[in-house]
Amino acid sequence: MEVEVKLQFFLLSYLCTSMISSPAIEVRDVFKSFKTVQAVRGVDLTIMPGQFVALLGPNGAGKTTLVEMIEGIQKPDRGEIRILGKPWKGHEAELRQIIGLSLQETRYIEKLTTFETLRLFGSFFSLGKERVEEILHLVGLEEKRKAYTVNLSGGQRQRLALGIALINKPRILLLDEPTTGLDPNARREIWDILRNLKNGSDTSMILTTHYMEEAEELCEIIVIIDEGTILREGTLSDLIGKDPGIRNLDDLFISLTGRRLDG
Amino acid sequence: MVKRIVNNQLYQLTLCYFKEKIREPAVIFWGIIFPILMSLGLGIAFTQKSDTIRHVALISADTGSYTMILEDDKLGDSEFRIELMEWDEAMVQLKRGYVNVIITQEDSIFNYHFDPMNPDAQLTYLKLSPLMGKEELPEQASQIEVDPLTVRGTRYIDFLVPGLITMGVMFSCLWGVTYNIIEARSKKLLRRMVATPMKKSNYLIALITVRIVMNIIEAGLLFLFVWLVFDITIQGSLPALFIIFLAGNIAFAGLGIFLASHTSKTEIGNAFINIVSMPMMVLSGIFFSYHNFPDWIIPFIKPLPLTTLTDGIRAIFIEGAGFAQTAIPSLILAVTGIVFFTIGLKIFKWH
Repeated sequence: MEVEVKLQFFLLSYLCTSMISSPAIEVRDVFKSFKTVQAVRGVDLTIMPGQFVALLGPNGAGKTTLVEMIEGIQKPDRGEIRILGKPWKGHEAELRQIIGLSLQETRYIEKLTTFETLRLFGSFFSLGKERVEEILHLVGLEEKRKAYTVNLSGGQRQRLALGIALINKPRILLLDEPTTGLDPNARREIWDILRNLKNGSDTSMILTTHYMEEAEELCEIIVIIDEGTILREGTLSDLIGKDPGIRNLDDLFISLTGRRLDG
Repeated sequence: MVKRIVNNQLYQLTLCYFKEKIREPAVIFWGIIFPILMSLGLGIAFTQKSDTIRHVALISADTGSYTMILEDDKLGDSEFRIELMEWDEAMVQLKRGYVNVIITQEDSIFNYHFDPMNPDAQLTYLKLSPLMGKEELPEQASQIEVDPLTVRGTRYIDFLVPGLITMGVMFSCLWGVTYNIIEARSKKLLRRMVATPMKKSNYLIALITVRIVMNIIEAGLLFLFVWLVFDITIQGSLPALFIIFLAGNIAFAGLGIFLASHTSKTEIGNAFINIVSMPMMVLSGIFFSYHNFPDWIIPFIKPLPLTTLTDGIRAIFIEGAGFAQTAIPSLILAVTGIVFFTIGLKIFKWH
């Protein structure tokens, strides 16, 4: 009897441990080409629950294509992608429920208010007004609830996009250059929202950016990507701590590619 | 229960697109005010018995400008303003359309100069030539038996209104569905929406539903206006009218989905809509009968969706038609819409 209880306890512990430690996102040897361009070439990436990961690279590095494959709207030519252990094929409806995303420069229905836009996206997850109110508070758009989306500033529009990404309390959050084109203040407002999110949940996030400051501020793991391949990945101290000649991520990128990150 | 409905994605999609439409002043103008103004303008121009004023240029050494009024209690009075001019000035006024007949007088002989292909000029000549040089004008109405056909169903406005309604359906579906989808694709809104658990069919159903409801409102308001102003009534079956109207909406909404299925460039969308709608607007008998076109082209005009819809609705409005006459056109329109919708959906690019 005692042995049986111990065995059950052991099995339960094993299951719990394996569930906790299983990756949120697994990318295995993924390739993707568009006509003559090889956008992604043999990428491997593992992201654990609660981890914030920055994909850092210049324009055209393959960041967006990689994120689009993770979000299931592009299919890899080769390789495998799993979200919480499940491939997209056969699990699309289930995975759409747990993913939140923000694209580069989405424009919403112009003559809908902020509240109505969030209400619309909430309805896709069968969520009601209560969640919309929470999101308005979370992204600081309470005062703009009645403003048409066309009348929002660039920063407010990005906060709305972030609010929409967070409306379903996603387990996986994919943000594609969420602060590109914003002034420093608006950028900091987005960072504050994301930092608060990190403190209170086990959401895993992939953020693509070409701002190294953004990657340093928000993410514990930084993945440097260029020409469709991962050049280096690790924590900030892993990446820049070992070589005294490398003081920041820009120096590292120059040492790896001979080019500047924003060049 | 109510909470479940208002949180339902189809309900929210439909509500949002409906709000978007009614908040857009251009939609109100082009969908409601423009057809009413058009019916008013064309209706007044072609339906009211008018006292016509015709300007005629006279080149003569013997007389000055003068006016002749030909009274007619049935056809309306015709006032001829004979204006003395030099030849060069008369030609300028002819080109401007101010006059359409030039008369040169030598002693008591009048020569008439006008374009024989211009029916209005011909009418001026025919009416005016017996009067020129006469001391007294003849009594028109008492001499001629004229029975003016201004009864319901035979006026130009009766012909025009069904055409305005069907043209509204076509433009509203093509711009409202096609352009809306292409714009949503170009703004990446479509891609953002399909990255959620939103059902793709709900998105399209919402767009089409909003369009059909708007079309019913627009057509209803236009009809209310012409009923009040021009006393237009529907002489045929109302249920048959509703069915063929709905079938026409299905046809053009399906065509709209097909046209919007692939491109993300609004300029290409504009071109698609114009390429499809403009020939139909000219050929399908909206403003004038397509029987004015050469006989060989009629078999190509009749199967066009706008022709089928216009002929069907016009038959119900002015000929008193019912299901017997409109069932097959309604079926053809609905099937056309479903075929375009199905093909469009097969090749539809969501992102």
